[in-house]
Amino acid sequence: MNPLPSSRTGGLAALRVRRALWMLAPLLALLAGVAGWPLLRTIWISLTDMQLSDPAAARFVGLDNYIGRYGLLFDPGWWSAALNTLAFAGVSVSLETLLGLGVALLLNHPSRLRTALRACVLVPWAIPTVVSAKMWGWMLHDQFGVVNHYLLALGLLHQPLAWTADPVLSLLSVVAVDVWKTTPFMALLILAALQTVPGDCYEAAAVDGVPAWAVLRRITLPLIAPAIAVAVVFRLLDALRVFDLIYVMTANSRSTRSMSVFVREQLIDFQQVGYGSAASTVLFLIIALCTLAMMRALRAAPQDRP
Amino acid sequence: MTPRSSSLGARVAIAAASAAVMVVSVFPLLVAISSSLKTGDGLFDPSLWPAAPTLENYRHLFHEHPFGRNLLNSLLVSGSVVAVSLVLSLMAAWSLGRVDFRGRTLLLLCILAASMFPQVAVLSGMFELVRGLGLYDSLGALMLSDLMLTLPFTVWVLVTFMRQLPRELEEAAAMDGLGPLTLVFRIFLPLLWPALVATGLLAFIAAWNEFLFALTFTLSPEARTVPVAIALISASSAFELPWGAIMAASVVVTLPLVGLVLLLQRHIVSGLTQGAVKG
Repeated sequence: MNPLPSSRTGGLAALRVRRALWMLAPLLALLAGVAGWPLLRTIWISLTDMQLSDPAAARFVGLDNYIGRYGLLFDPGWWSAALNTLAFAGVSVSLETLLGLGVALLLNHPSRLRTALRACVLVPWAIPTVVSAKMWGWMLHDQFGVVNHYLLALGLLHQPLAWTADPVLSLLSVVAVDVWKTTPFMALLILAALQTVPGDCYEAAAVDGVPAWAVLRRITLPLIAPAIAVAVVFRLLDALRVFDLIYVMTANSRSTRSMSVFVREQLIDFQQVGYGSAASTVLFLIIALCTLAMMRALRAAPQDRP
Repeated sequence: MTPRSSSLGARVAIAAASAAVMVVSVFPLLVAISSSLKTGDGLFDPSLWPAAPTLENYRHLFHEHPFGRNLLNSLLVSGSVVAVSLVLSLMAAWSLGRVDFRGRTLLLLCILAASMFPQVAVLSGMFELVRGLGLYDSLGALMLSDLMLTLPFTVWVLVTFMRQLPRELEEAAAMDGLGPLTLVFRIFLPLLWPALVATGLLAFIAAWNEFLFALTFTLSPEARTVPVAIALISASSAFELPWGAIMAASVVVTLPLVGLVLLLQRHIVSGLTQGAVKG
């Protein structure tokens, strides 16, 4: 035996680590520039009264934008945006999960339609959000849209509905379009989980004559539950920052305005950069807390299950 | 694949459900294509088959609006964002996926967290940065800001793929005295191309669809990317519906994407699941 002197292997390992850091450096520098720095600046700006027209005149105002007399805490517009966002995220993600599970089960079932089904399901996912907002905006048009046309023709409606203008209906319309667009994503993630379920589970159940519904509830769902949970959290984080769909479908309507739409309105339309930054910082904190909670849950997960 | 002995009723139900899902998924695209071929009074007619199909909307789109320019802008922005993201992520993925060093897990978690950032959380800071660099109302603003969306995701996916490559390859390369750049771009790159196609396409779609930055950091119609152009198309006169032109624009940007996605669907599904489920 003639082992290498330890200083030599140590030197090689150190060289490798040094090279690894050099390979990382460009990425980290760029990420710090396009994500870290703007984030820190936004948080700082939220503590000032900066205006878009004259950023240099900004003064430090502490937490006034958050808890001051005219702060977010006392702004009904902000609270309605927060409630809209929560309602949108809660309803659309629940529906997407249920429908996604259904579509995934269809895709996992051997049938002649399966290939065509998968191709069709990818279509809504591939369409840009702005485009799907416009397509549905046209289909839901109160006078000339096909949705009102068919519902009237089938006798389900007696007069055309203003799907994107009515305060109650517009939030539902936005949810429906989001469900249409994002269910495929959910279905693909759940399908990937379904395909990891070992086939002998099903065979054993089939031998014992267990009905299909019981197989789904007792075997399949418990096995894919962790994957579904991850997918739900991903979608939830995505839904909490919704912007494009609502901005394009319903413009600045108060009844659908999400937190992101509120932020941009303050920043650009009202030129209140300080106040808008405070709102965006709160949204960031909400999403950061959710992310941290998810990471903890993911790390804890393996110990929960034998 | 074991054929299951399902009853006729169950088979019919499954076929009906599949057909319903297929119709709902594709129907809006069909309506868009049909509306894009109608003009004037034709748009008031809700039937799917246009009575007098015409390409007038498409001609209008490219002559009255700078839509050709908008398409080129989107291509330039998305292309450069994908190129930069893939090169930097490949380099970083070697370090993060195959080298052991202190703080690696923390770095990976930070990168994952960055992919969860809401875009508005950086909007005012980014606006200031873009103005400070003199990039406002230019494509450079979007080439820079969109990297925030794509980089964390491309790194994360490529790390998982790079971990699966055999260790012997790297040992052989080390014996030959190859540096990490040669290793990554000459030896790993050819093995990783399916992963690169999937990741690159997903990053391309993210940049192509990006709306908030493009809406906020550009002003003139000539600097707009496609999503902003579509969102802001208006009628040329008060008596005309803009929907024909909007649907034509929608079809122009959607058909190539749908084609690409269908062509590469296997790769995409694996890329998505690597990025999300295993994350």
